[in-house]
Amino acid sequence: MADEINPMSEEILKVSSLTKMFGGVKAQDDISFSIEQGIVCGLIGPNGAGKTTLFNMITGIYPPDEGEITFLGKNIRKIPVYKLVSAGIARTFQHVELFSSMTLLENVLVGMHVRTKSGFWGAVTRMPWVQKEEKKSVKTAEELLEFTGLTEYAHRPAGDLPVGRQKMAEIARALASQPTLLLLDEPAAGLNAVETEALGDLIQKVKQRGVTMMLVEHDMSLAMGISDKIIVLDRGKKLAEGTPREVQNNKDVMEAYLGHG
Amino acid sequence: MAEQKKIFIEHTLFLTIVLLCGLFVKNIYYLQIMTFVGINTMLALGLNMLMGYAGQVSLGHAAFYGIGAYTTAILSTTFGFSPWIALICSVGGAVFVAFVVGLPTLKLSGYYLGMGTLGFGMIVNIVFREWSSMTGGSSGFVGIPMLEAGPILFISGKNYFFLVWTMVFLAIILCRRILSSRMGRALRSIHDGENASMAVGVNTHFLKLQIFMFSAALGAIAGFLYAHFVLFISPESFGFMVSVKMVTMVVIGGMASVWGAILGASLLTLLPEVLHSFAEYEMIIFGLILMIVMIFMPQGLTRGLLDIYEHSRKHVGKIKTGK
Repeated sequence: MADEINPMSEEILKVSSLTKMFGGVKAQDDISFSIEQGIVCGLIGPNGAGKTTLFNMITGIYPPDEGEITFLGKNIRKIPVYKLVSAGIARTFQHVELFSSMTLLENVLVGMHVRTKSGFWGAVTRMPWVQKEEKKSVKTAEELLEFTGLTEYAHRPAGDLPVGRQKMAEIARALASQPTLLLLDEPAAGLNAVETEALGDLIQKVKQRGVTMMLVEHDMSLAMGISDKIIVLDRGKKLAEGTPREVQNNKDVMEAYLGHG
Repeated sequence: MAEQKKIFIEHTLFLTIVLLCGLFVKNIYYLQIMTFVGINTMLALGLNMLMGYAGQVSLGHAAFYGIGAYTTAILSTTFGFSPWIALICSVGGAVFVAFVVGLPTLKLSGYYLGMGTLGFGMIVNIVFREWSSMTGGSSGFVGIPMLEAGPILFISGKNYFFLVWTMVFLAIILCRRILSSRMGRALRSIHDGENASMAVGVNTHFLKLQIFMFSAALGAIAGFLYAHFVLFISPESFGFMVSVKMVTMVVIGGMASVWGAILGASLLTLLPEVLHSFAEYEMIIFGLILMIVMIFMPQGLTRGLLDIYEHSRKHVGKIKTGK
């Protein structure tokens, strides 16, 4: 775990003066930050701080009212969600949203959708290249299940898995799109201590693959332990940004979490 | 590979039953009823892809059935085209209309999509009724030619029975191929969770549109088969009640199951025939049976019968082991 963020590394995501209103409430108020290639960035803050809203804007679910999001040097405002996935942004959900009637393997295969090509005519004609692509997809999906330690569940309906496994499965599905940037929305919510530890290990492994990650997390020991950089949000505003140690010693952050002393 | 073996057995079984029915049933009335079951199966197969797998409701699907039937009727009768060329035009026309209608409508979901497609179905039906110079209006369109292929004349009876069920078999294979592909998986993912599906990179709107067009194509083929079978068509055969009947076939048979389409179509075609003897009580008994099926087998007949089978097998197993 690096205490210093390497200033030489290239930034892949840049958010500048982002503002979003819901009714009369400012869900995001002038948020700016950037994420460097290869780091894990923790996004923390009390409930209602706007963390998920921020994720939804980065993944293109809704556009910001003001401000800009640049991913790999391109402004991503108004790019539809599915195109952002193929550009390299993947996510998991706070509440597990696996395709519950499909098997785990099929879930991961759907995750590979943007990296495969065959369509209607391919399905109907079953040309050799389609069969080859299918075989290759299954192999990659199986590898991903092994990587996330879920091989034994491959042929079970995803909805039948224990919650802890479902959370891991969402990560496997997200990785299937070969993301450059992976957003994890409360990956440890609902996990027990053992599962949380396994999750921490998995995130480290994903990081070693060169995937940049942002995660919203309420489990402070996890967030502080695996993040290279922490961003603190409170009521739609950015309160602090820095290494875990810097943030822990920040006066504003203490106030936000503990109230005025 | 076990999956492939299962599919092979299912297909062999299907073809054997069709062959046996076609060869040994001599009664022309029974053959005609079974031909209607085939045509309705084609309709249910198409709608099932849209409803059962993609999770999108269409209450106006009879429109495509009608477009298929009227296109072939007009082209082959009024303009003297070969019916086989008319078939291509029927399918092409229905797919094109599905594209134009689906583009805006499929952005809706749930009840709203239901209302949108309902409206579309009604508009198409009004066109059939009012454009009398072309369609014959509400008195119907007569004189549709019979199908021929070389020396074979597809006259109602054995020949037509085989023609329809061959087409159904091809449609089943087509559906199966789609479902087991990348496209099919994406489709089923929409049914399980459209937001998640979008978030993993599926262009859900385009995919729904594609499957809407596909189900329109199957509907048009059914319409073509219907027109050259009955040789007379009128707007009533493609009205709102027919759309509802199609939805019922899919739901009763069991959504998201290819065999469910056959079961649903069979039940809804055969039941009214069987119930004729009850005269004025026919509709009441018909309704009751549908209600009972839905109460005791909410997943549809396919799932329900499978459950009964598995249950009884367990039971028999227990008796055999002496417990």
